[in-house]
Amino acid sequence: MRDRHALLHRKITVFGSTYRLEETLWSYILLMPSILVFSVFTFMPVIYSAWLSLHRWNLMDPTTAFVGISNYISTLGSPDFRQAFWNTLYYSLGTIPAGTVLALVIAILLNQKIGGLSFYRTVYFLPVVTSMVAVSAVWMWIYHPTYGPLNSLLDVLGLAPQKWLRDPKLAMACIIAMSIWKGLGYNIVIFLAGLQNIPAHLYEAAQVDGAGKWDCFRYVTLPMLSPTVLFILIMAVIGSFQVFTQVHVMTQGGPLGSTTVLVYYLYQKAFQRLEMGYASATAYILFICIFCLTIAQLKLSRKRVHYL
Amino acid sequence: MGKKRLERLAIHLVLVAGGMLMVFPFLWMVSTSLKYPDEVFSYPPRWFPSKPNWGNYINAWNSAPFGRFFLNSVLTSGAVTLAQLVTCSTAAFAFARMRFPGREALFVAFLGTMMIPHQVTMIPNYIILSKLGWIDTYYALIVPFTAGAFGIFLLRQFFLTIPKELEDAATIDGCSYLRFLVSIMLPLSRPALSALALFTFMREWNSYTWPLIVTNSTNMRTLQVGLRFFISQEGGNLGHLLMAASMIATVPVLIVFFLAQEQLIEAMTATGLKG
Repeated sequence: MRDRHALLHRKITVFGSTYRLEETLWSYILLMPSILVFSVFTFMPVIYSAWLSLHRWNLMDPTTAFVGISNYISTLGSPDFRQAFWNTLYYSLGTIPAGTVLALVIAILLNQKIGGLSFYRTVYFLPVVTSMVAVSAVWMWIYHPTYGPLNSLLDVLGLAPQKWLRDPKLAMACIIAMSIWKGLGYNIVIFLAGLQNIPAHLYEAAQVDGAGKWDCFRYVTLPMLSPTVLFILIMAVIGSFQVFTQVHVMTQGGPLGSTTVLVYYLYQKAFQRLEMGYASATAYILFICIFCLTIAQLKLSRKRVHYL
Repeated sequence: MGKKRLERLAIHLVLVAGGMLMVFPFLWMVSTSLKYPDEVFSYPPRWFPSKPNWGNYINAWNSAPFGRFFLNSVLTSGAVTLAQLVTCSTAAFAFARMRFPGREALFVAFLGTMMIPHQVTMIPNYIILSKLGWIDTYYALIVPFTAGAFGIFLLRQFFLTIPKELEDAATIDGCSYLRFLVSIMLPLSRPALSALALFTFMREWNSYTWPLIVTNSTNMRTLQVGLRFFISQEGGNLGHLLMAASMIATVPVLIVFFLAQEQLIEAMTATGLKG
């Protein structure tokens, strides 16, 4: 008993800092579940995935062969991959600018102290919490060429009906419109939090100087909100490069590959054709894309984002 | 004054118009889920059913094992949420309140996992689980998510706001770390814990890609994956059943949302994380 006590009260020194042995032991006991889960399902897989990406590795075929970077080269050279890349870029450019500007406008309107804020916020936030699968099902029915309300609206307006999700030229636009609707409330809520953090005295000072509404927006709101804008853009780019569920439910990448985005391409390679090595290389390329885009945004924004 | 009121009215008009666009798909889902088949397939489409056909819900529930899907979703989301409450609070406590070698490095490594897109770990995880023989089991749906960087970060930030004097008093009394965590820290952290629970439950309930990959038998599907297969089988034909099934998959989360939206939105804005 006394030995145990003495042991636990011992001090240990690591890299010049002294710690209590008992506290250290307890810390690692408390952290153990998380360390285990992260090691097995995140840290190890990141390395395993890198290893896989350098091999020919098919789940159905036991022969594994080291192939160097040829998985990367054949991914980058594949016309299907390139189409998936452009489709993803199309999706990003379709959803991000429109989704961000719309959300900013609505957030500014909501911030005018006109009453009913929490009611409106609930309404706009509803799609965010709803499952993507259920929402996709509803929108498939809205886009339905014969029985959907969208075509009957066109009919009322005297316009020709469209095939929407079944038209290679329109399918991606349909997914973009639905995705903007789904994500809008999230951006609004983040913008609202940003707007509410802008000190009122800045507006008062601007008004004393004779600034109008537009000047207030241009020279107070926008600069003060720039960190929020940057945050939303970074999250949106990351999210848009990972879009999958709505594509898998609504179009399965079609028609004619027009909605095959990067993650859908990866999914097909990995879980339909079971080419795990090739698909791991694709996953790493995706990772590198996201990483570079995030760094680029942080770099480009350095001069334009104002922190308090 | 007149100009001001006119402006407010204009803002309300714009917000109501936008709000109607936001709500319309939900109304269409409810309306279609209550239609009779001939009303679903009438051209031009009918906006409202002549009288509500509640039988669609019973038919939808019975046309696929939705009872089983529902149970699977409740079970996996519930288990993941409970596990995360335990693992995240113990880990967050260590990071917030204890001194041990490697604390900073470990914290950075944990947070760093949030930057890795899950597509990178998805493939190796699938292989690891298939080697363990876990594919198509509850283990595959639950175990990989029993710890999370987001939860650790959220709780650590909260624990840091609790005054340190409490701890000193407890330590002098010979209170062990675990007892201090359970009897003092956790009760004081109820807002953060319930935010984490809500958040985790909703994310797991709505999660799709992973359950899609690791389940292959009908009986192991979660509600979202089951709904997806129901859509692909009945997609063009049974709009009323499809919408009824979508309602079944949506309503539980909407109830949670209406009960706790303030907390949920606050947690989202504080941490900037999305489902």
